[in-house]
Amino acid sequence: MLDFTRIRRIFRRMRFLFLPVAVLLTFGCSPPEPPADLTIINNIEPESLDPAVIVAQADMRVVQGMFEGLTRLEPVDAQAVPGLAQSWEISPDGKVYTFHLRPNLVWSTGEPITAQDVWYSWIRALDPKTACRYAGQLYYLKNGEEFNTGVITNSDMVGVHVLDPLTLRVELKAPTAFFLDLCAFPTLYVVPRQTIEKYGDRWLMARPLPSSGAYELVDWRLNDKVRLRKNPRYWDAANTQANIIDMLPVGAATTAFNLYQSGQADIVWDKELIPNELLDVLLKRPDFHAYTVLGTYFIRFNVTRKPFDDPRVRQALALAVDKDRIVNKITRGGELTASHLVPSGTRNYHPPEGPGYNPDRARQLLAEAGYPGGKGFPRFEFLFSGSAGGNNNQNIAIELQEMWRDVLGVQMDLRRVETQVFWGLQSRLEFQLCNSSWYGDYNDANTFLGMFQSGDGNNETGWKNSQYDDLIAAANNEVDLAKRDHDFQQAETLLIRDAAPIIPLYFYSGINYFDTNKVAGIWQNALDDHPLRSIRKIKAQP
Amino acid sequence: MYFVRRILFAVPLLLVISALAFVLVHLAPGGPFDGERKPASPEIERNLQAKYHLDEPIWKQYCRYLRDLAHGDFGVSLKYRNHNVNDIIRQGLPVSVTLGGLAFCFAMAVGLPAGFLTAAWRGRWVDYVGSFLAVLAVCLPSFVVAPVLLLVFSLKLHWFPIGLWSSPWHMILPPVALGLYFSGKVTRILREGMLNAAQSEFVTAARAKGMGETALLFKHAFRLALLPVVSYAGPMLADLLTGSFIIESIFQIPGIGVFLVNSSLNRDYTLVVGLSLLYAILIIGLNLVVDFAYKLLDPRVKYE
Repeated sequence: MLDFTRIRRIFRRMRFLFLPVAVLLTFGCSPPEPPADLTIINNIEPESLDPAVIVAQADMRVVQGMFEGLTRLEPVDAQAVPGLAQSWEISPDGKVYTFHLRPNLVWSTGEPITAQDVWYSWIRALDPKTACRYAGQLYYLKNGEEFNTGVITNSDMVGVHVLDPLTLRVELKAPTAFFLDLCAFPTLYVVPRQTIEKYGDRWLMARPLPSSGAYELVDWRLNDKVRLRKNPRYWDAANTQANIIDMLPVGAATTAFNLYQSGQADIVWDKELIPNELLDVLLKRPDFHAYTVLGTYFIRFNVTRKPFDDPRVRQALALAVDKDRIVNKITRGGELTASHLVPSGTRNYHPPEGPGYNPDRARQLLAEAGYPGGKGFPRFEFLFSGSAGGNNNQNIAIELQEMWRDVLGVQMDLRRVETQVFWGLQSRLEFQLCNSSWYGDYNDANTFLGMFQSGDGNNETGWKNSQYDDLIAAANNEVDLAKRDHDFQQAETLLIRDAAPIIPLYFYSGINYFDTNKVAGIWQNALDDHPLRSIRKIKAQP
Repeated sequence: MYFVRRILFAVPLLLVISALAFVLVHLAPGGPFDGERKPASPEIERNLQAKYHLDEPIWKQYCRYLRDLAHGDFGVSLKYRNHNVNDIIRQGLPVSVTLGGLAFCFAMAVGLPAGFLTAAWRGRWVDYVGSFLAVLAVCLPSFVVAPVLLLVFSLKLHWFPIGLWSSPWHMILPPVALGLYFSGKVTRILREGMLNAAQSEFVTAARAKGMGETALLFKHAFRLALLPVVSYAGPMLADLLTGSFIIESIFQIPGIGVFLVNSSLNRDYTLVVGLSLLYAILIIGLNLVVDFAYKLLDPRVKYE
C-alpha cells in the first residue's frame, strides 16, 4: 500500500529542520569563559547588589565579597575585626568612636579610599531619596533617624564627621554595644561615590565597577550567575584564596542537590536547598553540616483582639505546645526547641528559661480566663504564608491545631495566603495568630528584643508595655555589659513568661553542604556568615 | 492590505492588554516592597513608594508608563531594582527562544512523521503503538518527564549534564522535556486531520482518477491535514518561546519563563506588564503568520 522509497525521500526533505536547530544551538550558547575556581549555589537571584538596597541573606553573601565596611567579620566566629579601619578609640561613655583608616587603601580601579567615602556611603544610605529599607541600622548615629525621616535636612548634623582623609569621628545617640558589628553590616559598607553619581540607580552595571572588598564584579546575568574575580588591590589581597568565584542563583532544592551531586557546584549554603524528603538520609552524610544559628521560629498573637487580649489565654496556648513534636516530626534538621526568643549562645547574654510543655497548667489558666475545658472559646484562625520555608509553615500549623484541640479543647482554622499578601496582613494586624521568624542581623540580644518595643515596625502583635520599653532603653544606655545582660533578661522574662504576645517554637539550624576534602575555609558560625575571601578549593594531590 | 489592517488593529489591542495587566496587578493585595522586615520607620516605606511613583493615583502611573513605553522603555523592575525590564528581556529572551525553538523543532520532527505514519497505517500495530505513545506524551506533565529524563540520561547513564545552559550538550534534554507534550499533540492532530482529509470529496475524486495511495496521501491529504497543525502551532510557538517556568527551574536555565511566574508573585508591576505585552506581541504576530501560512497551504482560503 505504501511506497517506502518515497517516504524515505520525504523524510530526507525534512532536513530543513536541522538548519534552525544548528542555528539555535550556536546562537543560544553563551560565549566560552574560563572555569571558576569555586562554584557556590546561593539560593534565589539577588534582588540587587547595592548594599543600600539589599535585605536578603543570599544577596548579602554576594555583596559581602564586593564591598567592605570599617570592620569585617572573621570567618570562624563571625566576630567584627578591623576592616577598612585598622584601629579605633571609643570614648569612656561609649558614644564617640574615632576610626583610623588603613593608609594606602584603594578601590579595585586604583583611586584612593578615604574617610570622605565612608561619610558619603553612610549619608547616602540615610538619604530619604535612596529609600534604603535597612536605614534603621544607622539610626544609632546622632541625628541619623532625624535625617532619614526628613526632620532635619542638613547632613552635617548627622553624627559622622571626616577629621582628615584617614580619620572619621562617629557620634552615637547611646552607647551601642554592637556598633562595631554594625560597621560590618552591608548597609554601612563603603561604596564608590563617583560611579554612583555618574550612573544613578544603574551604577552596578558600570564596568569596571570599583570595589572596596576582596572581589570585583565581572559579570552579573539574571538567573544565570554572578561572577566575581579577586581584587588584586584589596588591602588583604594576599589572603584572598580563590581567584574566580561563580555564585549560581538556584531556588529549587532538587536542582541544587543534583548540581552539587554531579560535581557542577562545590558548595550549597542554604538549608532551604536540601530536598525535604531526603533530609533524614542526607544529614547522616559527612558532607552535610548542621549547626545552630541566630534565628527563631515563633508564633505571633494579635493581642488587640479577643480572646487573645487576655495574657492567661496566651500563656495557656503557649504551655499546651509540645515543641519536641515539631522539631522531631516536621523540621528534622537538628533544630533545638525554644522556650525563649533570643537564641542561646547570643554574645554577652544569658536568656531566661521560658514556659515549657505543661498541659495541666495550660488547662488551669484557660479555665481561669473563663473557658474551662475550652467551653465557650470562640473558633479562631491561624494565618500562615504559602511559600517561605517550604511546607513547614503548614505542617506546623496542622500540628498546633491538633495539640490545642487535644489539650485545651479549642478549635482553630487554618488560612494559607501568598507570601506578599501575608506580610501586609501581618503588619496591619489583620490576623489572630500567625507564624513568624526572625534572624539576628548581628550577634546581640537587641536584634531580637528591640523589635517588641511599643510601636516598633516589627512588633506586629499590637502589644505595648512601657516597662518593657524602659528596660530595653536602659539596657541600650548601659556601658556595663553585666548590667546590660540583666536588663535584657528582665525584659525577655516579661515578654515570654508574663505577657506572652509570642510563643517561641524552635531555634533555626543552618545546614550547608560541601565536601571537606575538597573545600576549606568555611566555618559553621551563629550568624551563618561565610566570607568569600577565606574559602578555597583543596588542590587534589598528584 | 488585509495584513496591514491586522497589524494596525494590534496597536489598540496591545493598549487594552497593557491597561488590563497594569490595573489587575495593582489590584492584587500586597505590594513589591512588603517583606518580613518592616523598615525602622514608616517614612522609609513612603520614600520607597515615592521613588517609584507608587504613591500616585493609578491612572497617572499608567500614563507615566505609557509615556516611557512610547520611548521603548519598559521601566525599572521593582524587584530587581538595578535592572530595567528591557535588560531582563534582553538577557532572558534569547535563551527562552533557543529553548522554545529547539522544543518546537523536536515536536515537529517527532510529531509530523508519527502523525503521518499512524494515519497511513491506520488500524495496524504502528497506529496502536504510535497513538498510545502520543497519548502518553500528552498525559505526562513536564514536571514528571523532566526528572525522569534527568534520572535516566544524566544521573544513571551520564550522557548529558544535569542542568545549566552553557554548551550545545546542555541543550538536548530540556527541549525534549519541553517538546514531548507538543509532539504528542501534533501527532494526534495530524493523524486526525489526515483521516478526515482521506474522506473528503476531492481525495475520492483523485482516487477515482487512478492516483496511487501514497501520492494521494502526500499530495492531497497531508497538505490539507497540515492546516489544523499550523493553527495549533502558532499559539504553541508563542507559548514555547516565552519559556517554561517548570523546565527552566528544573534545569536551571536563565530564560524568562521563571520571571513570567515570579514577577506576579513578587508584585513586580513593571515586569508583569512588560512580559504580558511581550507575550501578547508574540501571540498576535504568530497568529498573523498562521493566517499567512493558511493562504499558502490551502488555495481555497482568501482574505479580503
